[in-house]
Amino acid sequence: MTEERLIISRKTNNKFFLMIAIGVVLLIVGIVAMALGWGEDHHAVDAAAHGGAVAHEPATWTKRLYINLWLNNVYFTGIALIGVFFVTVQYVAYAGWSVLIKRIPEALGYYLPIGGAVMLIVFLLGGHDIFHWTHDYLYDINNPKYDPIIAGKKSYLNFGFFLVRMVVYFGLWILFFNWLRRNSVAEDLQGGTSYYHKSIRISAMFLVVFGVTSSMSAWDWVLSIDTHWFSTMFGWYVFASWWVSGLAAITLAVIILKQNGYLKMVNANHLHDLGKFCFAFSIFWTYIWFSQFMLYWYANMPEEVIYFTERLGGYEGKYLGIFFANLIINFAFPFLVLMTRDAKRQMIMLKLVTIAILFGHWLDFYLMMMPGTMRGDAGFGFIEVGTALVFLGVFLLTFTKGLAKASLVPVNHPFLEESIHHHV
Amino acid sequence: MNKKFVLGIYDDEDVLLTAIENVRAAGTKIYEVFSPFPIHGIDDVLGIKRSRLPIAAFFFGLFGCSFALWMQIWMLGFDWPMIIGGKPHIALPAFIPVTFELTVLFAAHGMVITFFIVTKLKPSTKVPVFDKRSTDDKFVMAIEVKDGVTDIAALNNLLRTNGAIEVNQKEVLK
Repeated sequence: MTEERLIISRKTNNKFFLMIAIGVVLLIVGIVAMALGWGEDHHAVDAAAHGGAVAHEPATWTKRLYINLWLNNVYFTGIALIGVFFVTVQYVAYAGWSVLIKRIPEALGYYLPIGGAVMLIVFLLGGHDIFHWTHDYLYDINNPKYDPIIAGKKSYLNFGFFLVRMVVYFGLWILFFNWLRRNSVAEDLQGGTSYYHKSIRISAMFLVVFGVTSSMSAWDWVLSIDTHWFSTMFGWYVFASWWVSGLAAITLAVIILKQNGYLKMVNANHLHDLGKFCFAFSIFWTYIWFSQFMLYWYANMPEEVIYFTERLGGYEGKYLGIFFANLIINFAFPFLVLMTRDAKRQMIMLKLVTIAILFGHWLDFYLMMMPGTMRGDAGFGFIEVGTALVFLGVFLLTFTKGLAKASLVPVNHPFLEESIHHHV
Repeated sequence: MNKKFVLGIYDDEDVLLTAIENVRAAGTKIYEVFSPFPIHGIDDVLGIKRSRLPIAAFFFGLFGCSFALWMQIWMLGFDWPMIIGGKPHIALPAFIPVTFELTVLFAAHGMVITFFIVTKLKPSTKVPVFDKRSTDDKFVMAIEVKDGVTDIAALNNLLRTNGAIEVNQKEVLK
């Protein structure tokens, strides 16, 4: 089988660096604007209108920066993790069709070490701004701000254990990613089926680890922002969001590579299967979303429904638009557009939908994190766009660099022939 | 009235696929091909057009969806309004599970019924078995011999040259 090497031209690399540079510039403009207090007037009016009863302190630019870093890092780490998850699922399922595109999800995992480092640094620097539960006074019974509910969660939500868990998650993920990748590249050079069988065993182990860590990291990094609130669906909800964004990222990468003349043996049949994945898991995400929403909406218990009242009309309806946009972009749009067989086999349709899904699930994470941290002060300005651009640029740099390290076609994979003749 | 068929028996699916292409290229119309298992790509080779059943399914689903919504809105909103759990009479989120189920029910049943009607399948339908080995390990290509065609030897030859291991004739009572 012919090897295919991805060559990242200097021009493409420069584009990614330009993306980062634009992001940094926007970020600086946004931060300066916020630090100098441009557009702060209406806050003063707000405070006056409320009679100053509640000392409404507008969020600082550092808080806004930290929460944006956190949001993007959780989102991109999720996509990187899903890359590893996708490969392992294919191994455990003895899948043949995906062999030709296997190197793409595999290379997504190269972001994991960066994600881990950023996560750790942002938590250590901005933990207090992101997580309410990190404040010591909540646990001090003599403090007027003592919170018995949060204090009751101390055995799980405390600084040391949180940090240990974070290190363990990333440690395990990176370990399994490297292990799988090493086997995969060694298979290219040595051939034989021993690497394949070994990869299946590694994958099975990873899936057990993933099952636990994906849910727990979702509680830690996203759910614990709304410290009082709880949802047994939440691990699944974040997983569904990560999984469908990861699938959209894989599909989009395959299409872009193919349009640039790579992946010559990938045809409409492989795209069809990827399209089916995007279609199906958009519906899966909606199912999880609805299962979480409906029970809370119906029972209408204050401590549960607060999460949705904040997003539906709370903060003067600030999140109402995003709430419904989330459903339209992530459910209605992929559902209607990808319904027909032809749409799943055409690059243009898939490209449109995967870009929408990737943006939509970024918004989904925005909606999960902003009301609990920025409250009424969340915005969508230079800081948000700038941070997202920086992360996107860094992610694309690591992803393409990783992708170029090995052949795009796993030349000695035992199911390669089956994948080439894949037909649906 | 009896119908006459020429049957080409094949024992390899790849040979069969090329044979189908060649037979059709020679201008002979194939009545049907019988196989013990689904063969990849045989639809394209036989020139079978894509089924329009999914389009029917979409409209059945759309009908089920609107029917379910109309039913619940009319029953609980207008005909017999009841307050359930302090929710408004027309509480859309609560209607979604039923709407989903009825959409699936209508789409599934509609599809099955449409399929039976379009293919004229009914309990009394008799399907002629041309060769029992087509349920075991052989592939059978049946070509109808139209009235007035006498040159069966040519057909015979066409099938044989394209890899048939056996060519039979059969009359079927229609």
